[in-house]
Amino acid sequence: MDIDSIPVYKLIDWISFEVLSPKTIQDIAAVKVVTPELYDKEGYPVDGGLMDTRMGVIDPGLRCKTCGGRIHECPGHFGYISLARPVIHVLYARIILELLRGTCRSCGRVLVSDDKKNSILKEIKKINEEGSRDDVISYISGIISKLKNSKKCPHCNAEQKKITLEKPTTVLEDDKRITPIEVRTRLEKIPDDDLRLFGLNPKTARPEWLVITLFPVPPVAMRPSISLQTGERSEDDLTHKLGDIVRINQRLFENINAGAPEIIIEDLWDLLQYHVTTYFDNRISQVPPARHRSGQPLTTLTERIVSKEGRIRYNLAGKRTNFSSRTVISPDPMIKPDEVGVPKVIAMVLTVSERVREWNMDYLKGFVERGPNKYPGANYVVRPDGRRKKITDETREQLLEEIQPGYKVERHLIDGDIALFNRQPSLHRMSMMAHRVRVLPYRTFRLNPIVCFPYNADFDGDEMNLHIPQTEEARAEAERLMIVTKQIVSPRHGFSIMGVLQDGISGNYILTKLMNLPRKEAIALLGSASLLDYVDKLPKKEMISGKEIFSVLLPDDFNFRGSCRDPDESEVIIENGKLIAGVMDKKNLGEESELMIREINKHYGDEFTMEFIGNALRLGDAVLMKYGFSVYVSDSDLPEKVEALINEELEKAKQDVDILIEKYRNKELERLPGATLLESLETKIVERLNKARNNLGNIVNRNSDKLTPSLIMARSGARGNLLNLTQITACIGQQSLRGKRIEGGYKGRTLSSFKRNDLSPSARGFIESGFKEGMKPYEFFFASMTGRDSLMDTALRTPKSGYLYRRLSNALQDLKVADDTSVRDGNGNIVQFNYGDDGLDVSKTEGGRINVDYIIAKNLEKVD
Amino acid sequence: MDNAIFSEYEGLLPKKLIEEIKQKAQKGISKKQLKAILDDCVEEVKKASAQSGEAIGLVTAESISEPATQMTLDTFHYAGVSEMNVTVGLPRLIEIFDARKNLKTPSMEIYLKDKKKLSNKEVERIAAKIKALRFGDIVQEFKIDIANYKITASLNKEELDNADMTASDVIALLRKKTKIAKFSKGKNDEIIVDVEMKKDKGPNELFRIRERLEELIIAGIKGIKHVLPVVRQDEDGNKEVVMLTSGSNLKEVLKFDFVDKTRTISNDIFEVEAVLGIEAARQKIIDEVKGVLDEQGIDIDIRHIMLVADTMCLTGEIRGITRYGIIKGKQGVLASASFETPIRHFTNATLSGAKDHLSSVIENVMLNQPAPVGTGLPKVRYVGIINKEE
Repeated sequence: MDIDSIPVYKLIDWISFEVLSPKTIQDIAAVKVVTPELYDKEGYPVDGGLMDTRMGVIDPGLRCKTCGGRIHECPGHFGYISLARPVIHVLYARIILELLRGTCRSCGRVLVSDDKKNSILKEIKKINEEGSRDDVISYISGIISKLKNSKKCPHCNAEQKKITLEKPTTVLEDDKRITPIEVRTRLEKIPDDDLRLFGLNPKTARPEWLVITLFPVPPVAMRPSISLQTGERSEDDLTHKLGDIVRINQRLFENINAGAPEIIIEDLWDLLQYHVTTYFDNRISQVPPARHRSGQPLTTLTERIVSKEGRIRYNLAGKRTNFSSRTVISPDPMIKPDEVGVPKVIAMVLTVSERVREWNMDYLKGFVERGPNKYPGANYVVRPDGRRKKITDETREQLLEEIQPGYKVERHLIDGDIALFNRQPSLHRMSMMAHRVRVLPYRTFRLNPIVCFPYNADFDGDEMNLHIPQTEEARAEAERLMIVTKQIVSPRHGFSIMGVLQDGISGNYILTKLMNLPRKEAIALLGSASLLDYVDKLPKKEMISGKEIFSVLLPDDFNFRGSCRDPDESEVIIENGKLIAGVMDKKNLGEESELMIREINKHYGDEFTMEFIGNALRLGDAVLMKYGFSVYVSDSDLPEKVEALINEELEKAKQDVDILIEKYRNKELERLPGATLLESLETKIVERLNKARNNLGNIVNRNSDKLTPSLIMARSGARGNLLNLTQITACIGQQSLRGKRIEGGYKGRTLSSFKRNDLSPSARGFIESGFKEGMKPYEFFFASMTGRDSLMDTALRTPKSGYLYRRLSNALQDLKVADDTSVRDGNGNIVQFNYGDDGLDVSKTEGGRINVDYIIAKNLEKVD
Repeated sequence: MDNAIFSEYEGLLPKKLIEEIKQKAQKGISKKQLKAILDDCVEEVKKASAQSGEAIGLVTAESISEPATQMTLDTFHYAGVSEMNVTVGLPRLIEIFDARKNLKTPSMEIYLKDKKKLSNKEVERIAAKIKALRFGDIVQEFKIDIANYKITASLNKEELDNADMTASDVIALLRKKTKIAKFSKGKNDEIIVDVEMKKDKGPNELFRIRERLEELIIAGIKGIKHVLPVVRQDEDGNKEVVMLTSGSNLKEVLKFDFVDKTRTISNDIFEVEAVLGIEAARQKIIDEVKGVLDEQGIDIDIRHIMLVADTMCLTGEIRGITRYGIIKGKQGVLASASFETPIRHFTNATLSGAKDHLSSVIENVMLNQPAPVGTGLPKVRYVGIINKEE
């Protein structure tokens, strides 16, 4: 049967964790490893060696002696080493110590009376039901830490001795060493029933199993060797470590059998313990790590699992996919926002598999006929048994004949296919949205600038990833849930996250504020924005205003009242789809704006909104393209009179500060409550200089030409602000570090070019010059100081907030809305009875609220 | 307004929404209209309700963390007085979510019962009552007489005036607070400390006693290092004096009569929990996070913050979002292992013979199985391919 057509063919219900008992180790083992040798002279694995073919194979030519499978077929089988003397498992050393401390050294019972034992067990059971596994562990360790002080066994009255652990694996009793053999016999004596007191389940973890007698050898597939070009083989670190263990173990055997002196045996035993310890964990602090001959530490079991590059986070939680591609992005406002331009070369590699049915057989045969090299063709044909056949010039004819219902054709991408588009860092769900494919020439992904904001993308070399969902289910989910049009409203705050940006804003601002066009030109403008469909809606008159041209995009029954950024325009009024007053700027069209786009989205739906934003962007861009828009240096030129004004303002500020400093030196300055005199002075100086900067801003604003491109950009909100302009023309202003003016550096002064204790503005980081004029050397130095500070800030912030994100998402990942509107975690515990107290999904609300005003107004209107 | 109609809708609409409608629909609306409005609202609420299975936790995590990447790392808000710095921005957010017990900058907002405008003198007197005053603060100089086992402390007049005390007051306070020595008044308002020395102790003991006296708090509240009175204006333009403090001790401050106990609050969540209870702590977490975000100009819906606060307070005590807090909670073995210290989780799991029922998202991701959220929830049971021809 076709394996793909089975919805779920295996499902894991649970995973249980147990300690391997010596019996299990022997049962699952396919071979007893007795020699550290790996290969014989012919390079064939030695029987009873670490690469024994009964443990699986890694050579392409060989077959596994246990199951007969070849490489990739046979998952491998365990082997075992019988240790000459037992050793302690490092990772369980802690619990072994607790067990020894908590039990009698002669009778093996727990050091509490039976009555008390039962009450403790009851308590454990209760915690187990209510709390977490870790709660139990912490409760138990509380009991155990009390037990270690018991002097006498309540069962057999034997005297207890003090047991300590000399890290990592040496157990001491009254400072005398006890051997693992002794440890093991004591652990064996502990009855099953008493183990529960230590949180141990005797069925899955008998304590004596924690002292290793039989050592499991992992299958070869888990530690494959690498063949170098020279023909030499390089073994995996684990194999090296296992080799060490086998070698020492054999020597220990030999010495014991030969009746060697006790010291030699003990030394070898310790060495065996060391190798077993580092096999499990090579980063224990008291143990020198085992190293390669080159001095590089070996990566053993623990190192393989933990950390970001370890098995869990790298291989298990992180997945890699086929059917994906990555390239540079570039903008294209002429494609729709929910489309993505895919280069033809990519479209011919990425495929979509389509199942052959009677009714689409001819259609799909067309793709096969064109083959892999002619667009739109197909790369593979998949037979019902799952065998993939590559389409080539030789196989094409035969495959064409062979194809029948039930086959699948992996055809090239064509316009309209669903693709997932993603830009890292994927910080929110809008970082991965579904787009429809639009196959285009050249080699970059094309995207409409509207979606730049949710992706946080620009075109200075950014690359993005594209994934093609391969099953109907995945495609349906992508199309219904992830498509760009469904993501207009952000779940973060319930406002629109997409909008017109940059040129589109300034274009529409110019259009609605200043323009008045003859009808012919208006039509041409719409035409160049590819909005010819809307020409009919233009009023039939000779001269058409920009507001009327813009109104063409609005729905006929749209009413809206709002405000705009431009201080000269008081209000935006839209009545019956006509823009009557006000201008269109960032407040109404922009992303993360709260008003007009959210309103349109509410009443006319996602599709229309997306269309509207796209149209408005193209219209704005067309205005700029047709009528020109560039920024000049002269935008920031000011008349001489104004420059004098600026200098005067600066001079006045400096004088005022001088007076303040003078007052401070004479101790006449008024002390602010709770502050020292110097702090009061600083506060007042900063206040005065800020006031000066604001005044300068006002002067620049009042005296610059409102129609220069720079100011149009700032006023419409397209890019830049008045502060930027003030900094260019007048004065950059105070540089501050940690909220204070710049201080320190040298003794009593900021730079050696100032006098000691100079508190004047220029000596403490106030930059009088503007960017156009250029900074003085010391001013440049102060600017660099704050510049470096902010650079460091960004560099330090990213990992910090990244870690916060990881923790937050780990803590909250399982919370979901249950069928009864409560919020529950993965185990069904209630976190909130009703999500957010009202059960509303933020992305479906207007800024987190139901618009009551609108509903009331609508209902009052109805009856009138 | 007709309350009967509203009460009909109590189960159907959120309380807040009903209140809002009550307030906004007051001018002469007919019963019919009101009913239509309410019906429309019910319809709206239904449309806007979160669907069952929605992975609301992840939405919250990304809604908070995405803008957090854009927050400044500026540690302090400099209020013009060096003692009155407040941690803001990302560090403060991390501090709250970690549920740290030792805050970098603990502080309080103390509201006064008396809302009238107080004179500067009165305000300063109140501030002096709150601020912890060490004996060392009002002493200009200690003179140690080794021969006679005497310490002479000459007082700083200015500081004494600020604290509104006389030398006799200080002596009375000292006598009340400590028994390590005898205190008496000398000339020029000096305070003479007579130390009864045991013979086996050398002169070092004198220095030790001086140090202890320096640190002795003779007035005010322990832990409050600084008090800054500020004038706040509410929406109606009413001015009011609020005491901002550096250092915090909610329990003691609430004992004062002049303090408005309903509004006075500390920014230390654990202190709020200890004094006012877990619900207050939850509210405080929400307020603090909201405050940090607002200050940075970041707009996040309150529901997200509420969810985090609720998870932190779920068990009745505050747990931080760390490997020792929430994440160590009742999760599957694999899920805990995927966060931090996997080996420890595995060894503990084998000892207790734990079963992991794969209820977590990440565990199912690891096993390539549909995760139990959203569209992964509905289950289809496969019975076999139904072949009509057979």
